[in-house]
Amino acid sequence: MKGKMAIIGDGDGALVFSAAGADAYAAEDGAAAKRLLKELAGRYAVIFVTDVLAAQMEEEIAAYAMQPYPIVLAVPSARGSSGYGAQLLRRQSERALGMDITGTEGER
Amino acid sequence: MARINVNPTRMELKKLKARLKTAQRGHKLLKDKTDEMIRRFSALVRETARLRRALDGEVVRVLKQFSLARGTMSKKQIALAFSMPAASLEVDCTTVNVLNIAIPKLRLEEGQGGEIYPYSFAEVTSEADRAVADAGTLLARLLRLAELEKATAMLSGEIERSKRRVNALEYVMIPDIEETIRYISQKLEENERGSLTRLMKVKSMLEERGS
Repeated sequence: MKGKMAIIGDGDGALVFSAAGADAYAAEDGAAAKRLLKELAGRYAVIFVTDVLAAQMEEEIAAYAMQPYPIVLAVPSARGSSGYGAQLLRRQSERALGMDITGTEGER
Repeated sequence: MARINVNPTRMELKKLKARLKTAQRGHKLLKDKTDEMIRRFSALVRETARLRRALDGEVVRVLKQFSLARGTMSKKQIALAFSMPAASLEVDCTTVNVLNIAIPKLRLEEGQGGEIYPYSFAEVTSEADRAVADAGTLLARLLRLAELEKATAMLSGEIERSKRRVNALEYVMIPDIEETIRYISQKLEENERGSLTRLMKVKSMLEERGS
């Protein structure tokens, strides 16, 4: 199976990834990103979402959690990482093991 | 513990004993499966966290470099250079079966991308070139992270589910069946004792009448 990559981001960061080979889509806020995600989910195998936006649409992303594709991945933006990706991992570790073993506690 | 509502007959007892056996076997298997999943998960989550930490910094660095490069060019130039979409890379997507969970496996198609910049070199500064090239290599590593994060997410969901099943078997189903079995065998014994004393009583009455 062949798939493509897309990035949902705030213009700036998306541009450089579009030059590198992912399709870029701009979303100004969470609501726009939610609409975009729904639209893109069927067409792309991997969707990168800027972590600030990803934090605003947890439920929508969780809907795809138990199926292999599409993969929705939170990536930091040019303003720096919000630590959302690490936080997600921590939560999963707690869910499965009852404790956090990622060793990222206290990092931002 | 709640007793299952069944008739205290030998038939039911036999059925329940078979069910108990199945439940115990299922419990053992599920528990082993959960243990193995947890073992894999803890290794996976460590690796994912390490990669996530490394890439978080890396992405920010590339994006910063790109914005720096943008600073040296006019808005118009940027729009011109990047308005053309690059050839979008294809990813080979398959799934691998890990403990009966289909986990995605990604592979960047070789031979495409890499050197295809969406603009001519004359239009753009070398800093932007660097940023784009870095983003290309970064993309491959981000795909690996995507794969790992998905695997952790799916595995953690699966662990939670099978833990719940193990607990349901261990603390509800098996004790319930055991209690019902005890109840039925007691009831059967009681019936037996009842009929035995009745027989003895009848016998003694007959003997009394005969004498």
